[in-house]
Amino acid sequence: MPTTAALTRYADLPALIGLMEGDEKHSAAAHSTLDVVWVLYDRVLAVTPETADDPARDRFLLSKGHGPAAFYAVLAAKGFLDVSALRGWTAFGSALGHHPDRVLVPGAEIGSGSLGHGLPIALGTALGLRARNVRRPDGSEPRTVVLVGDGELDEGSNHEAIAAAGRLGVGSLTTVVVDNGSALHGWPGGIARRFELEGWATREVQGRDHDALHAAFTRPWGDRPLAVVARVRPTS
Amino acid sequence: MREVFGAAVSEAMDDDPRLAVVLAVISAGMFRRAAARHPGRVIDLGIREQAMIGTAGGLALTGMRPVVHSYAPFLVERPFEQIKLDLGHQDAGAVLVSIGGSYDAAAEGRTHQAPGDVALIDTLPGWTVHVPGHADEVRAVLRDALPGDDRVYIRLSGTANRAPLPLSGGLAVVRPGSARSAGVVVAVGPMLDRTLEATADLDVTVAYTATVRPFDRAGLSALVAASGNADVMLVEPYLRGTSAHEVSEALADRRHRQLSLGVPRDTELRAYGTPADHARAHGLDVRGIARAARDFFLV
Repeated sequence: MPTTAALTRYADLPALIGLMEGDEKHSAAAHSTLDVVWVLYDRVLAVTPETADDPARDRFLLSKGHGPAAFYAVLAAKGFLDVSALRGWTAFGSALGHHPDRVLVPGAEIGSGSLGHGLPIALGTALGLRARNVRRPDGSEPRTVVLVGDGELDEGSNHEAIAAAGRLGVGSLTTVVVDNGSALHGWPGGIARRFELEGWATREVQGRDHDALHAAFTRPWGDRPLAVVARVRPTS
Repeated sequence: MREVFGAAVSEAMDDDPRLAVVLAVISAGMFRRAAARHPGRVIDLGIREQAMIGTAGGLALTGMRPVVHSYAPFLVERPFEQIKLDLGHQDAGAVLVSIGGSYDAAAEGRTHQAPGDVALIDTLPGWTVHVPGHADEVRAVLRDALPGDDRVYIRLSGTANRAPLPLSGGLAVVRPGSARSAGVVVAVGPMLDRTLEATADLDVTVAYTATVRPFDRAGLSALVAASGNADVMLVEPYLRGTSAHEVSEALADRRHRQLSLGVPRDTELRAYGTPADHARAHGLDVRGIARAARDFFLV
């Protein structure tokens, strides 16, 4: 077995994050996006390093691009990135910065970090795949999944895309909102309600519960876009 | 120019399955037929200009060729960060096509004017910027831009020259000066006719371009070398001095003088009226250009 086959499990993610951030296993486990990103790459998305350029691959767009250590760790665990690339992250010459750059990071679909950009790009990606009639071998549409933070939802550009996607019925688009209670003024009635009003199918789930996340992403949701609100404990 | 744009893009959509039009209500009627013929390829997002650029970025990432269109202030100024990040930073291409450049929408007031659009785009790497001076030039520019993958800004105007010129992508001499001439005048897009008229009695070389980025530095350098003086007057329909740094780069190897005409940077013109009224107020009518040229070329 090649050595790169090591560090491929969920349990290895803290060690991978440790390569970037130092040996702080407890803080690593607290990364709010870690479980969502892991479940997506491990059990939901049809994309591998071998199919990373396949037009019919599923897309994962990390809109919440700040604090990307969990994302890089999952990419490394899944073989998109060399584990050795994690060392020296944020150094000049490293492909891995505090905000991912799609041109530099294998497996990253977008460059992100500035809040409020990923969801409109995801909408365009889903519409583009539809306009090109891109299909998987089984005839279904590839999925486009974008991860945003609840604080990020404050940005108005998201609401432009949420409304348009709902009205255009873009069923291949999924938004996962990692809700750690960081939106300053909050969302009366809850985040899911917001999406629901715009015509999205919605699900609320504990953001650390892998089976619940898997079910939320995969249980049939009809032809509307899908919003999954994944609650995690607020970071202090 | 706007009608030619609508017709040319609609025609091209019949042959090129990569083409998609992204709109925020403006000009939607122009693309109604194309929308019916090509389901899913004319995307009107409603009045959502940030999502318009973000959506274009996503389309480009799937291999589509998005054409994005609105009034200049809504296409360039409002979603400027989207232009920087959702297109440029993603290394994704699109063709942005604006109407209402500078003061075309004179009677609408400041809200519908964007004389800074080209200067803003010019802060971002990798953009080609076309400023056609005639509807036929719009067609030629689109013929080149639509099949590509790069980032192109096309700035349409309600003002045009009487006749189109063949487009080389660089500076073309429209009226040569003598070997002892006072210098070179560069007229951009719709400014050509009035510039020719304003400089009719001067011994200067008048050159034209409908493409300002990349700027034809080598062409300007050659024209200046063949001229009697290294004096260059730039006449642009948008923010004054937008291409001044290009002239400086082009002539960095010699002592030279330069003058930029355009919409003033230091004042907001609070007046309505017509584009001609605004041109007069900005010194961009024939009389204003003529006066500036006589002062600058010391005749």
